[in-house]
Amino acid sequence: MNGAALATLAGAMALAACATTGSASASAASGDDDEAPRFAAKTEAEGPFPSTYRPYPGRPTALVGATIYDGAGGMIEGGTVLFRDGKVVAVGGSDLSTDGYDVIDGTGKFVTPGIIDIHSHLGDYPTPSVDAHSDGNEATSPTTPEVWAEHSVWPQDPGFTRALANGGITSLQILPGSANLMGGRSVTLKNVPARTVQGMKFPGAPYGFKMACGENPKRVYGNRGRMPSTRMGNFAVNRQTWLDAIDYANNDKADRDLAKETLVGVLKGEILVHNHCYRADEMALVMDMAKEMGYRVTAFHHAVEAYKIGDLLRENDVCSAIWADWYGFKMESYDGILENAAFLQREGACVVIHSDSENDIQRLNQEAAKAQAAGRRVGIDISDATVISWITLNAAKAMGIDSMTGSLEPGKMADVVLWNGNPLSVYSRPERVWIDGALMFNAMDRSRRPVTDFELGQPGEGDVK
Amino acid sequence: MKHFLALAASAIALAATPAAAQDFVIVNATVAIGDGSEPIRDGVVIVEGGKVAYAGAPDGRTIDTDQVIDANDAWVTPGLFAAVTTLGLSDVGAVSESNDISAGGAPFSAALDVAPIVNPTSQHILVSRAGGITRAATTTMPSGSIFGGHGAIIDLDGDANPIMKSRAFQMVALGERGASLSGGSRASAFVLFRNALKEAQGLRGSTGTPQISEIAKDDDLFLGRFDAEALIPVLNGTQKLYVAVDRAADIRAALALKGEFPRLDMVLVGAGEGWLVADAIAAAGVPVIADALDDLPETFEVLAATQSNIGRMMRAGVKVAISASSGTNPRNMPQAAGNLVALGKIPGAAGLSWGQAFAAISSIPAAINGYDGTAGVLKPGALGDVVMWDGDPLEVRSVPTKVFIGGVEQSLENHQSRLRQRYLDLDESDLPKAYDW
Repeated sequence: MNGAALATLAGAMALAACATTGSASASAASGDDDEAPRFAAKTEAEGPFPSTYRPYPGRPTALVGATIYDGAGGMIEGGTVLFRDGKVVAVGGSDLSTDGYDVIDGTGKFVTPGIIDIHSHLGDYPTPSVDAHSDGNEATSPTTPEVWAEHSVWPQDPGFTRALANGGITSLQILPGSANLMGGRSVTLKNVPARTVQGMKFPGAPYGFKMACGENPKRVYGNRGRMPSTRMGNFAVNRQTWLDAIDYANNDKADRDLAKETLVGVLKGEILVHNHCYRADEMALVMDMAKEMGYRVTAFHHAVEAYKIGDLLRENDVCSAIWADWYGFKMESYDGILENAAFLQREGACVVIHSDSENDIQRLNQEAAKAQAAGRRVGIDISDATVISWITLNAAKAMGIDSMTGSLEPGKMADVVLWNGNPLSVYSRPERVWIDGALMFNAMDRSRRPVTDFELGQPGEGDVK
Repeated sequence: MKHFLALAASAIALAATPAAAQDFVIVNATVAIGDGSEPIRDGVVIVEGGKVAYAGAPDGRTIDTDQVIDANDAWVTPGLFAAVTTLGLSDVGAVSESNDISAGGAPFSAALDVAPIVNPTSQHILVSRAGGITRAATTTMPSGSIFGGHGAIIDLDGDANPIMKSRAFQMVALGERGASLSGGSRASAFVLFRNALKEAQGLRGSTGTPQISEIAKDDDLFLGRFDAEALIPVLNGTQKLYVAVDRAADIRAALALKGEFPRLDMVLVGAGEGWLVADAIAAAGVPVIADALDDLPETFEVLAATQSNIGRMMRAGVKVAISASSGTNPRNMPQAAGNLVALGKIPGAAGLSWGQAFAAISSIPAAINGYDGTAGVLKPGALGDVVMWDGDPLEVRSVPTKVFIGGVEQSLENHQSRLRQRYLDLDESDLPKAYDW
C-alpha cells in the first residue's frame, strides 16, 4: 500500500507541473503533423481538477506532558510531539528539546493524529438536507463508474466544520452513495474550509471507487422493473461490466470512455475499491469476483457481518470499515453485533471505524471506544492505542494516504488533535486541531472556529455547536 | 462447541416463566438516584414487593432477605426511561411488512392506537433492555395526517402485558413535517389542527358514532370522524399532546395554542431551536423532549441547532428530557447524556452536571409522561427498576450487568448476544456453526 500511495503522489506532483501548461486545446497548436487531432481533452493521466490545497501557516509547536497515542499502536505518557513547517518533527518523551517551539502544556490531556473518516457523504449530501442538495447518488443506471464524487461536493456544507470541531476530523473520504452497483469515484479531502473542492483535495491521494452489493442496487433498479432486481442480477451486471472494461483496457484504439477509464484504473490498482457490503456470504462472493476480474477490494464498508469471516478477510487482506453498533435497520444489517470490530481484531483482520453520517463523524472516537469495550467484555483486550489506529492509521491505509498522514511519525503531515481528556471517554472533546501544522480549530478561542457561508446572518451563527 | 454447556443453561433461563418480584438489597454501590442529584458512594438500594423501599447512604436500617448483592462499588441506577420511541412497532425498519411505525395509506390518523400492536419480544425491546432501558413511551409517527395516533407507555420486561398506560399521549407535527402532511404549508397544518380540535369540541359529550364529516382533499383524507373523536381527551387535557416542532417561531405558535385551547397538556418534542425561546417555554410551563446532539442545520427549521440547546433550556427553567429518537438506537441515550456533560469544559457551551444529564434520561422523561417520582428514580415507592452497570453509565464503554424491572431480574439475552456467543471463535473443525447454539 505504501508503494502505491507514493507512486500516486509522484504522479500528482508531475500533474501539478502539467496543470500550468494551459488549456484543453493546447495540443491543437502543434500544427503540421497530419495525425495530430485538432482538439484534445486532458487525459485521465494528466489529472483534471487537480488539488489546489496548500497548508495554512503554522507555528513551530511542541505539545508536552500529554498522553500520546501515535496512531500506529504506540502510546507515550507524558510525551512530547514536535511539529513545524507542516510536518511532524519528532515524537518522544519529556527529554525531547523544545527549543525554538511554542510550547503547549498538555498535562492531563491527550494527543492523537487527526481523525480520519473513510466513509462520509459530507458535501454530497450536505445540510440542509433538502432535495436541491441531494447530490450523492447518480441513481439513473445500475453502474455509473463515470461519475466523480468531487463534482458534487459543496464546500460550504456546515457538516465539515462540525466534524472538525467535535470530531477532530482532519481527512475524510467522500463517497458516492450506494444506489448503484458501481457508484463512481470517491474523493479524499483535507478538512479545511475552502471556496472550491479543489482547495480541499488531499494532494496525492489516490482515487477510490465506490461499489455496492446487496439490497440497495437490487431495490432501486428492481423497483423500476429493470436489472438488477436480485442479488444474482447484481453479480451478472457487475461481471459483464468488468468484462467490457477488460476488453476496453486491451484495445488501444478504443474511444475514450469515462466509465471504463475508472474501471481500468481499478484493474491497474491505481484506484482503490471501497465496496458497500453487509453480509458475510456476499463479501466472500465479491472477493471471488474480484479475483475473477483481476482487481482487489481494499475495504468493505458497512461490513456488519464481517465478524463471521474475519479469517477470510485477513487472508485476502481486505479491511472492514464498520460502525460500532448500527444494526437491525435493514434486513442485511439484522446480524449486527457490537463485537464486530473486536472479533475482526482477534482474527488479525484490518478494522476501520467509519461514520456514513454527518452526526456520527463528530464522535468516531466514541464509536471506537464502544467497539473496544464490547470486545473487552468477552475477553478480547485491545489496547487504547490500537483502538485509536482504527480511526487514524488503518483508515489512512485503506485510503492509500498512510505514507502521508494517519500517525504521528517524523516527516508525516502535522495533522494533530489535542483532546481535553482521554479520547475514548464520552467526557472528552477536541481542544485544538491542527491540519498540516496550522491551527484550524481551538475550542478555547472563538476566532478559530470556522463559519460557513451558508451560516452567515443566520440564527446560531458562530455558536459553539 | 466449547460454549455448548453455557448456552444450554442460558436457553433454559430464557424459556423459564418470569419470576415474581423478589425482595433484594444491593450494597456497596455507587448509587445514582436519578433525580438530578450527584451519585452516592457506598450506597444501598432496597427493593421490596417490586418497589423501591430505600436508596441512598446506609442509614442503619436492616432488612430480612436472602438476596444481598454486593456491588463492589459498581454503579447502580434506576432503569432508563426512553421517551419518544417506536419500540415494539418494528422488527426491521426497511422491511415494510415488519414495520408498523407509519401508516401513510391508512384512512385513520389520530385514532391509530399502538396499545394492541406492541410486540413485547421485539429484538429492539430486548436489545434496549440490555442497554438499561426499562420503560418507554412508544408511538406510531404522523404519516397520513399531522396526527400520529395514541402512544403508549410500555415496560420492557417482555411479558404478555407490555402496556403500562394506553392512550397516554397523542402526537401532532406542526413544523415542516406537519406542513408536508397537510397539503404543503404550515398554514395548512395549523388550520387542520385547530379545526380538528373544534371538531372534537363539537363531539365532546356526545356518544355513539361521530356525526361530523371528513376533512379531505382529492384522495387524501386528513381527518376522519373517528380521528376527531380520538382528539377529545387531548382537548380535555386528560391525554398529553406531544407537539413536534423545531423552529423558534413554530414553538411560539404552538405555545400560543394554549390560549385558545387552555386545557391542552402540551409537551414539545424536538424543539431544535428551543434555546432561542427558552424563556417563553419556561413561562408556559411546558416540558420538552429534545434531541441532545443536533448541531447541524439539517433543515431550515433548525438553523440554530446546537448541542447546548438542552443546557440552555434547562438553565432557563425548562423541564427537558433527552429524546431517545436521537442517535441510531435508544440504547445510545446515555452516550447522548454523557456528551452534554462533556460540554462543561467548552467556553460558551451550556453543559449539564452528571446528575442533570442522568435525570434527563430517567426521572425527567418519566415525569413528563406522568410518572413523577414513580419511574426513572430510586425513591421509596417507585417502581423497582434497578440497573447495575460495569462502569459509569454515561460512559460509552459501560453496559448494564443486571437489569431489574418491577423487582424482577431480566434476561439480557437477545439475538445479538447469541450471535456474539456463537462467533466467539470461528472453529468449524467438527461441525458447522449452525450446531453451535
